[in-house]
Amino acid sequence: MQVPLSWYLVVAAALFCIGLYGVLSRRNAIGILMGVELMLNAVNVNLIAFWRYVEAVRATMTGQVFAIIVITVAAAEAAVGLALIIAIYRNRRTVDVTEVDELKL
Amino acid sequence: MSMQHVVFIILSAIALIGALGVVLNRRLFRSALFLVLSFVGVAGFYILLEVELLAMIQLLVYVGAIAILIIFAIMLSRQAMATDDKVLNEQWILGGFVAVALLATLVYVLVQVNWPVVEAAVPANSIQRLGESLVSPNHFVLPFEVASVLLLVALVGAVIIAREK
Repeated sequence: MQVPLSWYLVVAAALFCIGLYGVLSRRNAIGILMGVELMLNAVNVNLIAFWRYVEAVRATMTGQVFAIIVITVAAAEAAVGLALIIAIYRNRRTVDVTEVDELKL
Repeated sequence: MSMQHVVFIILSAIALIGALGVVLNRRLFRSALFLVLSFVGVAGFYILLEVELLAMIQLLVYVGAIAILIIFAIMLSRQAMATDDKVLNEQWILGGFVAVALLATLVYVLVQVNWPVVEAAVPANSIQRLGESLVSPNHFVLPFEVASVLLLVALVGAVIIAREK
């Protein structure tokens, strides 16, 4: 007896919303980046669950390929994001996003 | 309630406790360790979904690379946030409200929709099929090549941005 698809979707939705709260509420830029990683993970759970329950019968691989591309983009995003944070830290001695607001009107 | 249901509940507890630890912990370093816990829980989901290759990629890329990179960045910028007294910005109440509202909406919709689920076994040679469709011109060779260019650009970009002037 398999776990129903909706269980995966609900847990992934919870992971996504926890990550969203982290992104919206943290001061530290690294904390925001960790929230983004949680959200990307939740999306991947959805993609794989849909592949397993809806697509696997057709023996095509779209869901898995999509998940691998998302992981690749997440890795690139983490590398560039952390490089930006380190550059900001070197110039400003802070990683607090409420203090780095020159582009804000 | 079968064994799979029990395992699923344990895994979702691991993933959700890890995720809550990431956003609620006041010490950033502990948040990063909770992030690893959450990634491991998600890798467990992949094994439960019989996608073992993705579970290994999850462990290698997320736990092995991204989490370690985040811990490096925390170490390098440690003095900046030495005081842990103000970890939340002034819009955290609104952010929490938005997150809870989105979760309620999503759960309401996800439980109501009748998903076109098909009971089927995973195709026997799924890893071979995955590799073939990644390099097949009829399937995903273009995204595959673009992803490699993206990784190269991210690599060079990260080095340029983080380099000492």
